[in-house]
Formats: sequence, C-alpha cells, structure tokens
Amino acid sequence: MMPDLGRYAIEVISAYAVSLALIVVLVVISWRRAQVVRARLREVERRREADG
Amino acid sequence: MSSLWEYANPKRFMQLSGSMLPWVSGLAALCLVVGLYWGFFLTPDDFRQGSTVKIIYLHVPSALMAINAWLMMLVTSIIWLVRRHHVSALAARAAAPVGATFTVIALATGAIWGQPMWGTWWVWDPRLTSFLILFLFYLGYIALWEAIEDPDTAADLTSVLCLVGSVFALLSRYAVLFWNQGLHQGATLSLDKEENISDVFYFPLLVSIAGFVLLFVALVLLRTRTEIRVRRLRALMARERMA
Amino acid sequence: MIGLLRRDLALAVRAGGGFGLGLAFFLIVVTLVPFGVGPDTAILGRIAPGILWLGALLACLLSLDRILALDWEDGSLDLLATAPIPLEGVVVMKAAAHWLTTGLPLVLAAPAFGVLMNLPGPGYGWLTLSLALGTPALSVIGAFGAALTVGLKRGGLLLSLLVLPLYVPTLIFGAEVARRGAEGLAIGAALPLLAGISLACVALMPFAAAAAIRVNLR
Repeated sequence: MMPDLGRYAIEVISAYAVSLALIVVLVVISWRRAQVVRARLREVERRREADG
Repeated sequence: MSSLWEYANPKRFMQLSGSMLPWVSGLAALCLVVGLYWGFFLTPDDFRQGSTVKIIYLHVPSALMAINAWLMMLVTSIIWLVRRHHVSALAARAAAPVGATFTVIALATGAIWGQPMWGTWWVWDPRLTSFLILFLFYLGYIALWEAIEDPDTAADLTSVLCLVGSVFALLSRYAVLFWNQGLHQGATLSLDKEENISDVFYFPLLVSIAGFVLLFVALVLLRTRTEIRVRRLRALMARERMA
Repeated sequence: MIGLLRRDLALAVRAGGGFGLGLAFFLIVVTLVPFGVGPDTAILGRIAPGILWLGALLACLLSLDRILALDWEDGSLDLLATAPIPLEGVVVMKAAAHWLTTGLPLVLAAPAFGVLMNLPGPGYGWLTLSLALGTPALSVIGAFGAALTVGLKRGGLLLSLLVLPLYVPTLIFGAEVARRGAEGLAIGAALPLLAGISLACVALMPFAAAAAIRVNLR
C-alpha cells in the first residue's frame, strides 16, 4: 500500500506530516473560533429580543 | 448579480458566503484528498530526486497560495482605503493567518525537499529566504491588527502597512536574488519544476493546487464571517453597556 | 521647517538620550560580537562589514519611537498636523533630526568600530560611504514605523517587528557595498542600488508616514 519511498522516506513523510498537521490546526482553530463567536452573538441577540 | 459590490454589504455577504461555504469546503477537501493521494501513491519517483519529488504536491501549491494570499490582502486593503467597505478590511484580516500558515508550509516543505541535495536542513537559497521575509511581513501585519483597539484605525493602518510592505517585499525579492548570486553556484538549488514537468506529475499537481486555492477561499470565507460577527457582537455589547 | 528641525535636535540633545545612546549601543554590540563568535581576528575581519551594518541598524531602531512619541503624548503632534507646514514636511524634519542625532554619529564613528572588528583596510571608506547613503533610509523608514505605532503604549517591540523587514533591502545592498569594498572586489551595481533605494525612501516614505499619523490623530 505504502509506496517504496526509498532513501528519502523520512523526508517525504515529515513533509506531508508537517503540512497536513498545520492545515488541520488552522482549520480547527478557525472553526472553533467561528463556533464560539456565533454562540455568543446568538446569546446577545436573544437578550436583545427579550428586552424588546 | 447586478454587481459584485452588493456583497460589500455585510448582510448580503453573510448570505452568499453562508450558502457558498459548505460547497467550497467540500470541493476543497475533495481536491486535496484526490490530488495528494494521487501524487503520493500513484506517481513514480523522479530520476534525480527520488521519492522527494512527491513533496512538490505540497510545496508548490502552498508557495503559490502564500503569495496569492498576500496579493488578495493587498487588493482588499486598497478597496478598504478607497471605498471603505468593512467586509473588505475584515477579509484582509481574515486572510493573513491563512497566508502565514501557507508560508510556513512552503518553508518547511522547501527546506525538507532540499535537505537530501544540500545536506543540511536549511540554506539561504533565494527562494526560501524570500519566503522567510514574506513570513515576517505576515507576522507584522497580524501583530498590528492585534495591537490597535479601534477597528477602523486598525483597518486603516494595516492597509497602509500592507501597501508599503508589498513594495518592500518585492524589493526584497530582488535584493535577495542579488545577495545570493555572490555565493558559488553549488548552493543554489533549482527547485524549479515548472520547466518541462511531465504530465504524470503535472495533473496531480494541478488538482493539489486547486485544493489549496479552494482551501484558502473556504478558510477566508469562514474567518471573514467570524470577523463580521465579532464586529456586530462588539457593537451590540457596547450598546448594552450604555443602556 | 528649519525651526522644527532645530527644536527636535535641541530636544534630543537635552534629553541626553539621543546622541550618546545610539553610539553606546553600537559600541556594546561591537564588544559583544567577539564574545559570541570567538576572538579569531580573521573571522572577525570577514564578518566586520555585516556586523557593523547590523549594529548601526539596531542602534537606529532604538531611538525610533522617540521621533513621534513625545509629541504625541503632550499633544504637539495635533498642533503640528494643523500647522501650515504639510505633515509630510514635518515627517521629513523629524526623520532628519533622527538621522542627525543617530545615523550621522554612527557614520562618523563606524571607522573606529571597524578597528575593533579588524575591518580590512580598503573597507573603511566603503563602509562609511555605505552607511552614509543607507542610514537616511533607515531613519525615514523608521519614521513610518513610528507613525504606525505612535498611539500604542508599549509599541517598541511591535515597532521593531514592523520596521526590520522593511530594512532588508537597505541592509542587503549596504552590507554588500561594505563587504565588497573590504574584500577589494568591484562594487558594481550595489552602490547605485543602495543610493536609489535611499533616495526613493526619502522621497516616498514621508507620505506613507503622514497618512498613518493622520489616521492615528483622528
């Protein structure tokens, strides 16, 4: 399944690992911040509705 | 769509981006998976570079996007300065960390790719050095946004910084080329793969590039939506405090 | 405008920090380098042009926030902005004051520090020339950085982060002139490029800086 990476296995694997890890971290951070802000905004807007 | 400028209106932007986001994200994920899987598992090794040629599917797209992200920030900064559309300023702010991350990926993959040929994990080759400088510009831009309280002042100052920074980034690129030509040629490595890259490498590369572009768009849409919400949140909370 | 220049110079001299601080910092850097790198004079001689340029650059950086901060704090920046002199002119004068109190002393003192670093003979003239041409750019680029961060309480570190990448072209060409001069090589395109960058910066950066000041004064 894994292609024979030969002598450069470490380099190729680490390149892919680092890149994918950075992408995942970026996506997760962006997504979680979006969730938090959306929840807080909903909260505040609900309070506004309640106060009229 | 009568004009693109309609989407400068935050509400309409939120509507459009909201409907676009799932599709763009899905397509981005698809292209990334297809491109990287194809490149990693299904392509042959290069005659000279062995399996390290597989790093191309990460290095080239990320390097391209690192530059394009900054260009997008430049355009949106100019739009902010000229037309005062808040969505534009917020989009620039949203794009910066994405561009910075792509720059780091380009740096890391570039260094790792070069290691077998250079023998060390880092050399001051013109391309890597230029990307390192670009990373510093990203950091400064992000730091300035964080440091300034008033959002409109921050938008203005970071836009001016982006403009001035773009000129200096370009200047630096040429200065670095000049600076490195003094070294004996052995140090410069041609990571130039654009010349005569054969089809077997070319198509998965295209798909990967598409994946990275879509990933950038998806992240910027997501982050801009968040910034718009933050802005509204601050306005509402300020109003609450005054009531 | 000359009045403004004289005023800033007087302030810098009276505050005491201006002249002496930049030079003292330069001396400290040059003293510390051998401790970091080892006393081998051959090595020191080879890196001397670069180290001296770096030292000058960092010394310039030190006094940048003072270009505008004092006037910001006591409100005189507001007055200057509304004065009949264009704000761009004000920036030029402030950058000039900075150069006269920081850049120029460095240029004059550089040969002495070159001795400490075993700078090769032919290098002295070229080092001084490159610093003379390059330090005005450092002052005016620094003024732009100061304008961006003038409203911030502890903007010093941010100022460095913003300004140092902007210094890269000037540093590359300036150090290149100094290094080639020291090694006896032909200077080539580096010198006109350095001069060109400096001239362009002096001509254009004041506009960017003035724009930033106006934003901050709103």
